[in-house]
Amino acid sequence: MTRLPPPVVAAPPPTAPSGVTASVHSWELATAVDGPGTRLTVFLSGCPLRCRYCHNPDTWRFEDGTPTPVGDLVELVRRYRPVFTATGGGVTLSGGEPLRQPDVVRELFTACRRMGVRTALDTSGFLGADADDELLDVTDLVLLDVKSGLADTYRAVTGGELAPTVAFGDRLAARGDRMWIRFVLVPGLTDADENVDAVGRIVARWPTVDRVEVLPFHQLGEHKWDALGIPYSLHGVRPPDAETQDRVRARLRSHGLLVL
Amino acid sequence: MTVTSARAVDAGTEEAWRGLVAGAWQDRIDVRDFIQRNVRPYLGDAGFLEGPTPRTTALWARIAALLPEERRRGVLDVDATTPSSILAHAPGWIDREHELIVGLQTDAPLKRAIMPFGGWRLVAKELETYGYPVDPALETIFTRYRRTHNDGVFDVYPAAVLRARRSGVVTGLPDAYGRGRIIGDYRRVPLYGVDALVAAKREERAELDLRYSDEPTIRLREEVAEQIRALEDLRTMAERYGFDIRGPARTGREAVQWLYFGYLAAIKEQNGAAMSLGRVSTFLDVYLQRDLDRGLIDERRAQELVDDLVIKLRIVRFLRTPEYDELFSGDPTWVTESIGGLAEDGRPLVTRTSFRFLQTLYDLGPAPEPNLTVLWDSGLPEGFKRFCAKVSIDTSSIQYESDRAIRGACGDDAAIACCVSPMRVGKQMQFFGARVNVAKALLYAINGGRDEVSGEQIGPVTVPLMGDVLDFDEVWTAYLRELDWLAATYVEALNCIHFMHDKYAYERLEMALHDRDVLRTLACGIAGLSVATDSLSAIRDARVHPVRDESGLAVDYRVEGDFPAYGNDDDRVDAIAVSIVHAFMERLRRHPAYRDAVHTQSVLTITSNVVYGRHTGATPDGRPAGAPSAPGANPMNGRDVHGMLAAALSVAKLPFADARDGISLTSTIVPQGLGRTEEERVGNLTGLLDAYTAAGGYHLNVNVLNRSTLEDAMAHPDRYPELTIRVSGYAVRFIRLTREQQLDVISRTFHESV
Repeated sequence: MTRLPPPVVAAPPPTAPSGVTASVHSWELATAVDGPGTRLTVFLSGCPLRCRYCHNPDTWRFEDGTPTPVGDLVELVRRYRPVFTATGGGVTLSGGEPLRQPDVVRELFTACRRMGVRTALDTSGFLGADADDELLDVTDLVLLDVKSGLADTYRAVTGGELAPTVAFGDRLAARGDRMWIRFVLVPGLTDADENVDAVGRIVARWPTVDRVEVLPFHQLGEHKWDALGIPYSLHGVRPPDAETQDRVRARLRSHGLLVL
Repeated sequence: MTVTSARAVDAGTEEAWRGLVAGAWQDRIDVRDFIQRNVRPYLGDAGFLEGPTPRTTALWARIAALLPEERRRGVLDVDATTPSSILAHAPGWIDREHELIVGLQTDAPLKRAIMPFGGWRLVAKELETYGYPVDPALETIFTRYRRTHNDGVFDVYPAAVLRARRSGVVTGLPDAYGRGRIIGDYRRVPLYGVDALVAAKREERAELDLRYSDEPTIRLREEVAEQIRALEDLRTMAERYGFDIRGPARTGREAVQWLYFGYLAAIKEQNGAAMSLGRVSTFLDVYLQRDLDRGLIDERRAQELVDDLVIKLRIVRFLRTPEYDELFSGDPTWVTESIGGLAEDGRPLVTRTSFRFLQTLYDLGPAPEPNLTVLWDSGLPEGFKRFCAKVSIDTSSIQYESDRAIRGACGDDAAIACCVSPMRVGKQMQFFGARVNVAKALLYAINGGRDEVSGEQIGPVTVPLMGDVLDFDEVWTAYLRELDWLAATYVEALNCIHFMHDKYAYERLEMALHDRDVLRTLACGIAGLSVATDSLSAIRDARVHPVRDESGLAVDYRVEGDFPAYGNDDDRVDAIAVSIVHAFMERLRRHPAYRDAVHTQSVLTITSNVVYGRHTGATPDGRPAGAPSAPGANPMNGRDVHGMLAAALSVAKLPFADARDGISLTSTIVPQGLGRTEEERVGNLTGLLDAYTAAGGYHLNVNVLNRSTLEDAMAHPDRYPELTIRVSGYAVRFIRLTREQQLDVISRTFHESV
């Protein structure tokens, strides 16, 4: 189990919001998928990557989100504090790419810290350089997506570079920040042994990783691509079968990782 | 109610009570006092439990072998000629050599009995449905010489009730079937023995001689006389099985057997809609623990006794009509057993036998009956909470109710009747009242009291709302007026029903296991809450244009714009739901109830939401005519977009003070939605239950679905309207997926990667 710093209890209420406005796609109270316990997961709009398997392409454009003062999000967090206490949960910022809006992350997480609410950041790490130390200081857990371990594959999958993610992971590890790693398994795209091994090698050098989650690709986002009129390259791709999943998990375990 | 004083008890009783902590329970009928003094709370985990013995497995296999045939034909067999009573049928066994606990409703397992005192027409219809001949002699008796509950009710219903019943705005009324929802305190039988119970009833009867012979006193004298006769019959029934239950039970096995005899006598006499068991597990634990301490039994035997009792509870059967099944599908009997909870002094009432009851779901496999109900409090022992969550995840077979709410309303010896109705065991009963359709009532308000389906004038004539766009204030005012009428009509209907049920189908055995002077509640109920709420939200925050037919009747609605929907923890709309619940409760209380019953209300539909929906026209929330409403207090399917807990928190806002008969929520979760390991899933489900009850949530049905359930949902999508699957950042209704996607989900969700 992840050991997170104990929440600050009986803290004073947050100071008046600074007026930062978030671009929000949606929010949800979700259990077990975006960090420990029941989370208030806020999906922020805007993402620099264009993952071919993305199941939320409707979160790509910053402009498509609903402008929401961070103060409103703080109120939402406050409302669910009893839920976080009862379930050992907290707030997760996801997206989109939450580091597309680093001021929002920093301000919301700072307010969370004052309220004694734990925080998690669900990110690709592509914009990790935009997360300053102050932001990371108020982040209890980073859910870091390592979409591929090979630069070429990473580029083919996301349209972006792998290096920033690795650099971000190195920095988190050096700071002693806890991480859960996520790897989306797409048949024909990310399931090659050399790619999986490359992911394993990268992650294995980060001692602050608590677990690696292998997420099987699914077609549940397909209709969103169609609705948005964006060409989708994975029509007809089947989710990985149990055998493939077992193989990939075993390979990652061989790097000394706790794989779920 | 008193028994002869402790000093005067006979030698047999003294022997039976040896080793038990003495107290007031020995001087009067007081099961709660017995439990409080003798309970030994168990704070550990499930590690001590034993699985089924080969004997148990073989016994259950004999029943299991009969079930497919029963499912195929609807009933396995019927005794079509013997009106059921405590002594009507000869004894029967499943496997006489190997049963530890004995007793069947008729002379063979799963053979159903006829119970004509509720209504002859119904019995004739039941027999006809399943191809059994109707005995002409019985027909003569029950049509010429003996009146029934059903006859009585239809003699006295006023015309307004008949109209409301016909249109379906009031529906499911127990005017042609047994009202049920009465829990005999079956624990009294093993604790005191039948003779002491008879003696106490004779004292109660004698005391009534001191009262003036007015109508309530005359009725009560007759009832107590009937109760005494029922207890005597109970004693004789046990004798026929070879047991002398005149004195108290001396061992764990006797305690289980005596208690079951009490329950068996009840289900031989009554086919009430719900025939709940009460709160027996911790009571029985005292006996089982005493035997364990004395070295008379081991854990395997203790579990066998519980397993055998549960086998009997699983084969409770009543003869019912297809119309009844349509309302309450799946042949339910609601043999509800309430487990756990805290004592008023904060001690947990969780014992090893609480675990043993849940263990039956592993020993005998998952099953809907008995309806195992955990009285949940965040203060329950961690080991028990985790075991409950594990059982839920593995079987989807238990439901949860807020112990704090129940303890506050009914004390710490309360049990659930049916699904969500709490009552003090042996001290409180309810007059079950089914429910009214508050969504249909809203349409009546708009249409001046005319039914939107038939056009018939059902409610009082009022001015229809004729504008092009519905105005919220006008609609709300008209709605409250409609609810005035509905509440009055409804309470009148229930008064008629329960007067006649008492008169013609009195539950003499169940009431013999109550104190003479009980608290009665008039258990009203509402259905269609989420439809009415969202409709009012739409009228307020969007533009709703009624579509009228040539007679001016609004038969459809065109909605322009967005409106907040109930089920998203959004106070703007949840407040409307709260207002409806409060307004209707307030109106119910204005109308005097039969026998001075205290008015209560539930927000519960069981499975009747489909039938209610079918008889309700299009509604201003955009729901098409005939579409099902959501069950119980659930949000409408697909309108809750912030996750299962946000929906639950909307429901948790409904005030228990205005719905003391319970507020029902059903949620469906896939295992993956609770965590990646069993450890995580168990921890997360206990956390969700704590969070929901801490927010004031009352009831939660938790479905944690396994692969076979999803496959079943593919084959029968109509049975799984609210099945939601969640993957990271995305939630979707399972039945809305294409077949291909469903297969995809099944293959993906169930790859357990622990």
